[in-house]
Amino acid sequence: MLLLQIDTALIIEKVILISVILMGSLGIAMYATWGERKVAAVMQDRLGPNRAGPFGLLQPLADGLKLFFKEEIIPDRSTQVIFILGPCLAMLTALMTSAVVPWGPDFVTKSGHVISFQVADINIGILFVFGVVSLGVYGVMLGGWASNNKFSLLSSIRAASQAISYELAMGISLIALLMLTGTLSLREIVAQQHGFWSDGYFSWNFFKQPVGFVIFLTCAFAELNRAPFDLPECESELNMGYHQEYSSMKLGFYLFAEYINMFVSSAIIVTLFFGGYNFPFMDQVATAVGPLLFSAICIMALLTKVVCMILFFMFIRWTLPRFRYDQLMKLGWRSLIPLALVNMLVTGAVIIWVIKK
Amino acid sequence: MEKLTNRAVQIDRTPMTFGERIYLPSIAKGLGITLGHIFKKKATTSYPEEKRPFSPVFRGLHILNRDENGAERCTACGLCALACPAEAITMEAAERKAGEEMLYREEKYAAKYEINMLRCIFCGYCEEACPKDAIYLTETIMPSNYNRASFIYKKEDLLIPNPKKQDSK
Repeated sequence: MLLLQIDTALIIEKVILISVILMGSLGIAMYATWGERKVAAVMQDRLGPNRAGPFGLLQPLADGLKLFFKEEIIPDRSTQVIFILGPCLAMLTALMTSAVVPWGPDFVTKSGHVISFQVADINIGILFVFGVVSLGVYGVMLGGWASNNKFSLLSSIRAASQAISYELAMGISLIALLMLTGTLSLREIVAQQHGFWSDGYFSWNFFKQPVGFVIFLTCAFAELNRAPFDLPECESELNMGYHQEYSSMKLGFYLFAEYINMFVSSAIIVTLFFGGYNFPFMDQVATAVGPLLFSAICIMALLTKVVCMILFFMFIRWTLPRFRYDQLMKLGWRSLIPLALVNMLVTGAVIIWVIKK
Repeated sequence: MEKLTNRAVQIDRTPMTFGERIYLPSIAKGLGITLGHIFKKKATTSYPEEKRPFSPVFRGLHILNRDENGAERCTACGLCALACPAEAITMEAAERKAGEEMLYREEKYAAKYEINMLRCIFCGYCEEACPKDAIYLTETIMPSNYNRASFIYKKEDLLIPNPKKQDSK
């Protein structure tokens, strides 16, 4: 019995952690829809949803309920299995990425048992994220193709080519960062950014790789299909894009997956560039408060950063106009990729001749 | 060729400088503008709880007026129906019987008086046309409804309550 060799406590611990993270990301994604409407409203001098509950806080519940009760339509000429598979895949990949994010430092109980706030500490954490994110395109691709609608097909092709183009620049910008950290494990990357200041310089990677961060952020926008790069669902050209034929909760899954993706990618960006759960003066705080409270503070610090990042995503969406498709491709291939390459070379040169590891 | 207006502006078609092509400064500028809007006054009013004041000449729902004794002022002369550009007003006249002096002010009265609120454009010409000061436009907004028939307002809907009867209550 192989199963019995694994610590039962570990299994229970991980199951609890996974369910908390899944529920948490669903909850945060739900309130991200509310937040987005509020942010949009505030920027357009409006009030936003304020009828359902105090400050409209029950609005996402009402929206979800509405989507559940809508009529489920599957077009006659669609490939039905793939048509249903599309939103499922989009949702699945959206939820899978959060497995490798370290949500807090290890918590050691009095009996010496170590509880990790990370579902899986795999040593190729970043590669896993990239793999799953690339899979996410299949949700859009399959959905758009199975709909048997020209606009949906066009939009899903756009989504695929956009994702491929920007993944390149994203990967190269990340190589520069990984040369500095020397590891692919997200847990170690966070551990290296301990505190806020060490050895006479900021310890967060943002201050070591500002150009890499800008490239990564831009590519993250493109990968998420969010404005200003939301060409796959460009209303004015493609009606609604790949989810044109979808209705009811299948449409809801697509819309929801976008917000979960936004939450998870904010978490990844924060982990990579803004020190994850680290915060200034954390050593002093760790000695001042108990370990349980310290873990809670660390998780709160991470969530605060993530929420700020999500707000920034929304902020950009309601500020910038959408790119034209040729501009998008030009930006990706002719600006971001060369810039990422130069950034990588400069970082390499600095590591060899200045830092001399 | 002669210009139509003097507002035409020559578009600057010089190629963008490197600083402009980086695009980040202009993004920061844009973000600054949207950030400024957070602190601006909101244009929305939360309608049912909070109402914006009407202009003094606002024309809303009609009423049929009574005189100081509580008798209906309308004599069914038909001038309002004639003045109405939307042809929303219909009426039927009847002669006052003996003993009805408290109900109707003059010998002729409107037995039936209907305004089709779906036709009405709230221009207020009926109010201007009325020689007996019988019809007025109030500051009430016409309520919405689910069926067309309920938008035809009968005399009972339009007449204001009798002040005499209110006192005796």
